[in-house]
Amino acid sequence: MARRLRAPWFILLPAALLALWHFAVELRWVTEGIIPSPAQVLRSWEIWIFGSSKMMISPYSGTWLDNVAYSTRRVLQGFALAALVAIPLGLAIGWSRLAARLVDPTVQLLRPVPITAWLPFAIAVFGIYDASALFLIGLGAFYPIVVNTTHGVRDTNLLLLRAARMMGAGPATVMGKVVFPSALPSIFTGLRLGIGVAWTAVIVAEMIAVKSGLGYVLWDAYYVGRMDICVATMFSVGLLGFLSDRALVWGSRLLLRWRTLEAHA
Amino acid sequence: MIEVAGVSKEFAKNGRSIVALQGIDLSVVEREFVALLGPSGCGKSTLLNMVAGFDHPTHGAVKVAGEPIRAPSPERGVVFQEPALFPWLSVMQNVVFGPKTRGERADAYRPRAAQILEQMGLKGFEDSYPAELSGGMRQRVGIARVLMLESRVMLMDEPFGALDAQTRSLMQELLLSVWERHHQTVLFVTHDIEEALLLADRVCVMTARPGRIKKSIEVGLPRPRALEITASPEFNALRLEVLALIREESLRAAAQT
Repeated sequence: MARRLRAPWFILLPAALLALWHFAVELRWVTEGIIPSPAQVLRSWEIWIFGSSKMMISPYSGTWLDNVAYSTRRVLQGFALAALVAIPLGLAIGWSRLAARLVDPTVQLLRPVPITAWLPFAIAVFGIYDASALFLIGLGAFYPIVVNTTHGVRDTNLLLLRAARMMGAGPATVMGKVVFPSALPSIFTGLRLGIGVAWTAVIVAEMIAVKSGLGYVLWDAYYVGRMDICVATMFSVGLLGFLSDRALVWGSRLLLRWRTLEAHA
Repeated sequence: MIEVAGVSKEFAKNGRSIVALQGIDLSVVEREFVALLGPSGCGKSTLLNMVAGFDHPTHGAVKVAGEPIRAPSPERGVVFQEPALFPWLSVMQNVVFGPKTRGERADAYRPRAAQILEQMGLKGFEDSYPAELSGGMRQRVGIARVLMLESRVMLMDEPFGALDAQTRSLMQELLLSVWERHHQTVLFVTHDIEEALLLADRVCVMTARPGRIKKSIEVGLPRPRALEITASPEFNALRLEVLALIREESLRAAAQT
């Protein structure tokens, strides 16, 4: 049973989708020349990454890593900014009724505004610069982090709070040694959702608000009819999003070892 | 040591005011082990929470060592019904939480912690996490961390209620031996008659809601006690006396609802 579960079942669905895509193009189920085949995408992606032996100057030859670096840096900066504001704010909202009354309604009111709707505002205020992108990424990642941190704090077991107070803990110790570690699993959930939104936001921002990165390449390639590059960009963003999520999961496993013990108990 | 004078507790439920405790007078002298015994919902835990400082009376006063209680303090160690250990800390870290928080030096509390853990049969589990322990062991950690506080008053809220019968009697014996050594003032909440009689110097039987103290019974069995005492005729006589009181209250509570 265990061995059968360990068989690489996860390959099955992607392979089927890939085959469907391949035959859809080969057998002309889709309009010819618009949708590239998997092989075409792979070839263009390779050239985009490693460059071409032919001495041609193209924005899609050997520039992949630069664009990945641009986008990744923006995501990390925006995400770090969001976490730096959202975690302390979430702790405050979850802990203090005053902070909740002061800040929470505003957060809940602004949250439904999609980050895409903030685009014109961001460009008007920050211009076509990195600051626009960072604002959108940070804002997008901020909401899930703040909401989940708040939730984590409110979920703290009352008995643990009483136990800490009974042992002489003051408000600062209760916050640092009980509430924060207790909310940490929720905070990590928020961070994982947040980094997902950050990758969405960076693509949107780079399409319009700045002139570099994967989002810029995606839109530009579409305009010049390079669907192969568009598809390669989609895969690139997917891969980066996946890797950053894995990194967070890895980090949470490291910090929350006690939780895996609980799950196995 | 513990002085409860004219304490009432009311709380609002669905817009109606419910009297949980009414006119409670209770005094526990130093080094006395008192058990609060009563049917569930009689407010015995509420009373204990007020002595701990987690809750406050609507009327009346609760004093410990002459001081009115305003907030929880390490002067009054509490063992909860659930172990309430910090799941992210190891056994040792849980046990030294109190002294560490109070800024004691590690070389002062470390040896004491090792000694208490050994006394509680937890030697070799210092680096385990609560999730890796059995229910009985977790509750022993819960007691160990309170012993570390060296409180003069120890409050226990049905600490063995969630354990199976076997583990419970082992824990009762362990508590007896610990108490022989430390002799704190103890207020022990339980609904288990035998547990109350085995452990306590005095058993206060409470009425059904609104909770009042129905009768205070001196146990008077010789110490040090062991589990075997529960088979003695004196114990049995006390058991029947308390059982009759409790039955009265259970019937009254059943008639109310």
